[in-house]
Amino acid sequence: MTTLQTSVPVRQASVDTPSLWSRLKVNRNFVALWFMLPAGAFLILFLAYPLGLGIWMSFTDERIGRAGIFVGLENYEWLWDDSIFWLSVFNTILYTVVASTIKFAIGLYLALLLNRNLPFKALIRSIVLIPFIVPTVLSAIAFWWIYDAQFSIISWSLMKLGLIEHNIDFLGETNMARGSVIFANIWRGVPFVAITLLAGLQTVSPSLYEAATLDGASNWQRFRYITYPLLTPIIAVVMTFSVLFTFTDFQLIWALTRGGPVNATHLMATLSYQRGIISGRLGEGAAIATAMIPFLLAAIGISWFGMQRRKWQQGSSND
Amino acid sequence: MSSVHIRDVRKSFGGFEILHGVTIPIEDGAFVVLVGPSGCGKSTLLRMLAGLENITSGTISIGDRVVNNIQPKERDIAMVFQNYALYPHMTVADNMGFSLKLRGANASDVKKGVARAAEILDLTPLLDRYPRQLSGGQRQRVAMGRAIVRDPQVFLFDEPLSNLDAKLRVAMRTEIKELHQRLKTTTVYVTHDQIEAMTMADKIVVMHDGIVEQIGSPLELYDRPENQFVASFIGSPAMNFLKGKVKVNGSASFEAPNGVKLPLATAPANSDGRPALYGVRPEHFTIADDGAEAEIVVVEPTGSETQLFAKLGGEQVVAVFRERHQFKPGDKVRLKPNPSVVHLFDEATGKRL
Repeated sequence: MTTLQTSVPVRQASVDTPSLWSRLKVNRNFVALWFMLPAGAFLILFLAYPLGLGIWMSFTDERIGRAGIFVGLENYEWLWDDSIFWLSVFNTILYTVVASTIKFAIGLYLALLLNRNLPFKALIRSIVLIPFIVPTVLSAIAFWWIYDAQFSIISWSLMKLGLIEHNIDFLGETNMARGSVIFANIWRGVPFVAITLLAGLQTVSPSLYEAATLDGASNWQRFRYITYPLLTPIIAVVMTFSVLFTFTDFQLIWALTRGGPVNATHLMATLSYQRGIISGRLGEGAAIATAMIPFLLAAIGISWFGMQRRKWQQGSSND
Repeated sequence: MSSVHIRDVRKSFGGFEILHGVTIPIEDGAFVVLVGPSGCGKSTLLRMLAGLENITSGTISIGDRVVNNIQPKERDIAMVFQNYALYPHMTVADNMGFSLKLRGANASDVKKGVARAAEILDLTPLLDRYPRQLSGGQRQRVAMGRAIVRDPQVFLFDEPLSNLDAKLRVAMRTEIKELHQRLKTTTVYVTHDQIEAMTMADKIVVMHDGIVEQIGSPLELYDRPENQFVASFIGSPAMNFLKGKVKVNGSASFEAPNGVKLPLATAPANSDGRPALYGVRPEHFTIADDGAEAEIVVVEPTGSETQLFAKLGGEQVVAVFRERHQFKPGDKVRLKPNPSVVHLFDEATGKRL
């Protein structure tokens, strides 16, 4: 091949630089900004604005139908001395910790079970999802009947079996009521945990289990050294969500007990609703709702920093 | 180290039998390669040997022990998987030491065992890395390290090189063979690549559709294939087959269609007029004036040799020459098979005649 030597005149740097607008038009970041705008507007309008408004309201004495004035931390000072508020905090934490722990245990067990080769696998998997699909209020009404003081099917069955002599008052007695709502919450929440963990389990290559089997691992050791560590990122995500959902639960409690008996099942969310909407003291209700934020941030923080950042998941940096 | 005996082993999935009675003796310290096209049952057989699949009937023994009903971890074997199956959440050292740890060895013994294997495989500088931070070849070596650490009776390899690029595959091939020469552990190696089988094996087992077609050393299989399948599977480019009839009048010869006459050194008794397949390897053609006329279709030089695709009596054949002839597509060339190394197969059964 021959090379032709030609002298091309060096092009002068263009004297007239293009206008700002024509440069912006081709700027990727500028175009991206426009594409993000609708989503951004949506988030601001429906998330950031209500949140900000709620926090602001908690510093006012606003009531329904009457604009409030800024009262500083007065609402919080009131709450600090309010034993019902503290009871609701206790209830919420109890509800969240107990329900989430049991949901995790049952969900993980179900996921491990469903990950095996069962007959009618697809059918069983969809049955497991049912509690999650049924609207909360509907299932709450069902539970309401199940827990009914007179017509409870559980009481009826146990009486027919001769195990008890009187109806059980599921929702009328403090600890019984707490246990009952926690049970209903677990029933609803298990499918979410189970199906998400099942999805996680299916990403674990079967050959890892085979390799571990040949390495001499028992069933328990395979779970302990392979499944569990590989599942932790998904456990972190699913449990964060589960804790957030449980902590902010409202529908189930409101439909079953409205916080009763004697506030024994009041959660922060239901108390906030009762004070803010039913009693009309928006400022105080907003303060209770705002008081949930630190707890939620703490829950997110724990999962984010404690469980999600794993060295083995990161790229090929030489650290 | 141990010998392995596979006796009349069958495997069915549901009602469908995929291994139809396989018998393979494996001597102590041998490097045996199971080779065959995908779906021939070679990987299933290996997994049965490892204990990952049940044995439907027949027996597999390692040493003197029948292992049919023995748990995988009791079989004293180590396996290297095609995708390596490294534990992604463990460092190289932890991956390699996992089996020792499960066996209850104390920390210093685990460390010693890992260090020894790492030494053998040049993995010492990588011990603190995670699998994600390794290249394909390094992962491959960690997978072997995990096997070596256990010091097992038998090594099992399931297509260990198929995830590597061509150059690395050749390098690892040599490395595995060298490792075997050093450790002398009985090895069963599964591959679909006949070049891998030829280069690495002491003994090759050619499998096809759930049966063993032939067992032998690489050169035995190459020089005396028992049947047409083995003849076509071993060797690259593959052996040429020409249909036709054996002719015996005074001297033996072979008559291919279109009146093409091909030489035969000897013919089996009473085979005059018998329909058969005439097999000739590409490198056993020479150019001679008394050869059969063929028309050149494609010429493929590889540098060390030249592959010639030509029409011989209407059939396409491949010939390989180490000399540099000046071939051009469309030219006529006279190809003559070397009669002392041609093969004859029965047309119906494919068996060697």
